[in-house]
Amino acid sequence: MNRTFICIVCPVGCEIEARIEESSEGPVILEIAGANCIRGRTYVENELKNPMRIVTSSVRVTGGNMPITSVRLTAPVPRNRMMDVIEELRKVRMTAPVSIGQIVIQNILGLGSDVIVTKPVNKSDD
Amino acid sequence: MTAENKRKDMNIPSQQDSQQLVSQPASQPVCSDVIIIGGGPAGLAAAIELKRLGVADILILERENEPGGILRQCIHDGFGLVRFNESLSGPEYAARFIDQLKELKIESRTNTSVLEITPDKKVIAASRQGLTTYQARAIVLAMGCRERTREAIRIPGSRLAGVYTAGVAQSYLNLKNIMIGRSVVILGSGDIGLIMARRLTLEGAQVKAVFEIQPHANGLPRNIEQCLNDFNIPLFLSHTVTNIKGRNRLEGVTVSQVDENLMPIPGTEKDYACDTLIISVGLIPENELSEMAGVILDPRTHGPLVDENYQTTVSGIFAAGNVLQVHDLVDFVSLEAERLAASVAGYLETDTLLSADFTPAEFIPIEADQSIAFTVPQHVSGQADFILSLRVRHPFRNCQIVLLQDDQIISSVKLRKAIPAEMIQIPVKSDDLVSREKITVVLEYE
Repeated sequence: MNRTFICIVCPVGCEIEARIEESSEGPVILEIAGANCIRGRTYVENELKNPMRIVTSSVRVTGGNMPITSVRLTAPVPRNRMMDVIEELRKVRMTAPVSIGQIVIQNILGLGSDVIVTKPVNKSDD
Repeated sequence: MTAENKRKDMNIPSQQDSQQLVSQPASQPVCSDVIIIGGGPAGLAAAIELKRLGVADILILERENEPGGILRQCIHDGFGLVRFNESLSGPEYAARFIDQLKELKIESRTNTSVLEITPDKKVIAASRQGLTTYQARAIVLAMGCRERTREAIRIPGSRLAGVYTAGVAQSYLNLKNIMIGRSVVILGSGDIGLIMARRLTLEGAQVKAVFEIQPHANGLPRNIEQCLNDFNIPLFLSHTVTNIKGRNRLEGVTVSQVDENLMPIPGTEKDYACDTLIISVGLIPENELSEMAGVILDPRTHGPLVDENYQTTVSGIFAAGNVLQVHDLVDFVSLEAERLAASVAGYLETDTLLSADFTPAEFIPIEADQSIAFTVPQHVSGQADFILSLRVRHPFRNCQIVLLQDDQIISSVKLRKAIPAEMIQIPVKSDDLVSREKITVVLEYE
């Protein structure tokens, strides 16, 4: 079976053609072409096995000059767990000030990825 | 000559020109070597690089209450892969530059809105302190771009709540924590619209579909993959919204298929119930101030005509970033602004960049064939190496872009695919030019 993938690892967005065969241990890549770098193959392997994605969102901050700060994962999680991550983030309430890189949730849901702050929020002036 | 003496030499006029739109305050203008209009990614990168090159007297004027520009609301990741070799969110990418700005003690004035720029490089700005007139030796235009609106594409229907441009929707969610709707239709396949499709889905909204009037997508393929395909959101090409329904709040839209002239085909109408319509139909460089200064714009890019030094048609006024041409990636905006900074630093040495006897008529024009939407720069002096940026009008496969001068090939690049969503950049060396005749850019395909 031939399948085309658009690599999402970097902005180049390589169009990767792969010839795939089903085996007892799942899909196997027989031939792969079109990736500009080595990360393309890893991406296709993951897409066949278990697609991984970064989640970015926002969490509430009390006492800050903004009502929310933005957050992201430090490592990708399985695509089908993105909504679970979002649900966890809904429960979070931080207190200003917060700074970039501050850990919001360590090893979220045991997925081996931390949630970190990506925008500084200072204490509100009043 | 020192900077101080040069300023005295410039004979700053104290009388207000009656032609000016904004009256000038009586006080003496505030002088700076370089004034940068806009503290977004282009302005920040230009300022830092200028300082690094030894230009001390720099001032950034920013209308928002903090620097960072649109990056403040772009909380998704993927920024910095080219520039920093890591995947950052927009605010983190901006913070890299803002931290350096502070470290290098570069002055920026926020909550300061520039109202006018004159050809002799006066800048008039409003802030809580009132009107201030600044005098610069060089001006960097870094105002970025703005979104095309519903009005710009003339969708009929009432002016009801629930219709947003993608960037406005993004600012509600990401800056103000306000959810904008529950069932969403997106018009246009621009990158911000795609990013918002994913964001709204993760926040619990139902994104029904994305409609694109062109027969090809406008956003980057990787965004179609990770923002639409990941969530099974369909993308319909050659479709557009032809009616907006509802009275106070949007209740639904009518979508029609379009023909090759982008005209709706009667009988193809289909109704979609939704409470929110997001419009992501392109970005327009914001050049009202540039035009006040006499800068001539390119009708293709809507940005200034520039040479290889990013100098506009007005000597000492430079432009880079989305005010010059709309980019796909912020990384390329930063890199372009850093190249601009090198030119501005050169300009400040002698208050000119080109050799003394150079006249504008001597510029080598760059012309493109019909497959190419535009080029930046649009003309070159031939005195410096440059990067030629361009976009194709339609998708092509296995093609070649060739630069010709006097029917000789001076540069060429082979591409497996070329799509309108991706800017193509070709480095050109001034030594490769064979004459003073025009450069022609052609696209060859099988």
